[in-house]
Amino acid sequence: MHIEIDEIAKTFGRTAALQPVSLSIPSGALVALLGPSGSGKTTLLRILGGLEFPESGRVLFDGQDATGMTIQERRAGFVFQNYALFRHMTVFENIAYGLKARPRALRPEKEEIARRVTKLLELIRLPEIGGRYPAQLSGGQRQRVALARALAIEPRMLLLDEPFGALDAKVRKELRHGLREIHDTTGLTTIFVTHDQEEAMELSDLVVVMSMGRIEQVGRPADLRARPASAFVREFLTA
Amino acid sequence: MSDAAHLAPPRPARRFRAATEEPAFLRRALIGLVLALLAVLLFAPLVTVFGEALSQGAGAALTALAEPEAQAAIRLTLLVTALSVPLTAVFGLAAGWAIARFDFPGKAVVITLIDLPFSVSPVVAGLCLVLLFGANTTLGGWLVGQGMPVVFALPGIVLATVFVTFPFVAREILPVMVEQGRTEEEAALSLGASGWRMFFTVTLPNIRWALMYGVLLATARAMGEFGAVAVVSGKIRGVTATIPIAIEMLYNEYLTVAAFSLAGLLAVLALFTLALKTALEWRHADALSANRRA
Repeated sequence: MHIEIDEIAKTFGRTAALQPVSLSIPSGALVALLGPSGSGKTTLLRILGGLEFPESGRVLFDGQDATGMTIQERRAGFVFQNYALFRHMTVFENIAYGLKARPRALRPEKEEIARRVTKLLELIRLPEIGGRYPAQLSGGQRQRVALARALAIEPRMLLLDEPFGALDAKVRKELRHGLREIHDTTGLTTIFVTHDQEEAMELSDLVVVMSMGRIEQVGRPADLRARPASAFVREFLTA
Repeated sequence: MSDAAHLAPPRPARRFRAATEEPAFLRRALIGLVLALLAVLLFAPLVTVFGEALSQGAGAALTALAEPEAQAAIRLTLLVTALSVPLTAVFGLAAGWAIARFDFPGKAVVITLIDLPFSVSPVVAGLCLVLLFGANTTLGGWLVGQGMPVVFALPGIVLATVFVTFPFVAREILPVMVEQGRTEEEAALSLGASGWRMFFTVTLPNIRWALMYGVLLATARAMGEFGAVAVVSGKIRGVTATIPIAIEMLYNEYLTVAAFSLAGLLAVLALFTLALKTALEWRHADALSANRRA
């Protein structure tokens, strides 16, 4: 799905979280929102997911105005920073949640839900953990379960908030490839937030560098390195 | 370890202790002190209540409980509890939700107001209800005219009980909701759940232990409330006398066995709620441990 962000602005109290920003994300791209904390990248992601609403500006999904769409209508697969797995449900129930929440007419049969959950568990290469509770999983396993849960709703896009932030360096590297693989298999437009420039540069097709609620530069990793648009971008990328 | 241990040559018999471990005599003294306090403050009164109730045999106690007035008091207490605890639970949930999830002007005032029933004497609370709903006030007079008297009647007793038990549920669930934050609820919404579905499948299961604990505390308190109910009910024998009020009236009339039989029943009801809580915790031990944040 092609995503168009048109002059979006957001303030919290008296601080401007986002100056009016505009951005066009081509369908099927894997995009990193890169910036230091407080740069507005998470706010922008939450606005796309319908968790936050902008004061002005528009969001367009495939050319259609989605600014006023509710979170449920957007069907964005959202992976939260600490994964926000439902702790009182097993992994299986977590992944099935979105399918069971559908209105009766659109809800798959019980066997169909089980089949899809099993398939997703295979996709994230954890076929045997369906019966466990989130507290019994490692950080990396939790991240993959959160990804499977988001994919279960057959989302129109995938939004990830610091998906590798809570993991140690080794697992981080492994899961980077995991995300790239899942992106390539599903073909979903995928946007992830990170403050780690190495992660952004290695993983994504397009990097959006943000600072102080503004977009500093948008470009492919190689172009950003070759032609940083500002001193901030140059310094941030070499840090 | 003490400083002296560094200076003195090591003695082979000495066993090393962890930094957080206290010497044995101190541990025993502290445990003994707690047990003694428990015995004097909790166990001895309970034993006395049952001892007095059964002092003339179990038959006499049961006869006292079968008296029409005692029966009326038991029925009234159960009815008042059944009406006021759900109200307390709903109000507590609403208050906890509003405070934990939203920022609004005057939030600090609301939090203080929730604690008001803890600090205000129940007698004062009862008096306020009388002043507001009494037959000689405008509102009270109108309600009496409609055939719905509040003071010296069931509605007043329920109102007084709700006032007194209100903080229990709100206070129990508030810290849990604050600690757990919004993200699981946001996740449910992003997966397509409606607000109600999110509430019943994510919010409520996450706070159910705190909610249940608050409800059980509120139940025990609702059954035992004396001060506020004493003022509002008018203590009409067999009509508006709850168990605690009936106990007081019987005791004042030197009907010791009857008074202590009812008191024993009240204690049994309280012990039953505690046993219920323990049984539930025991049965759902897996879910409980999974519920803790990893």
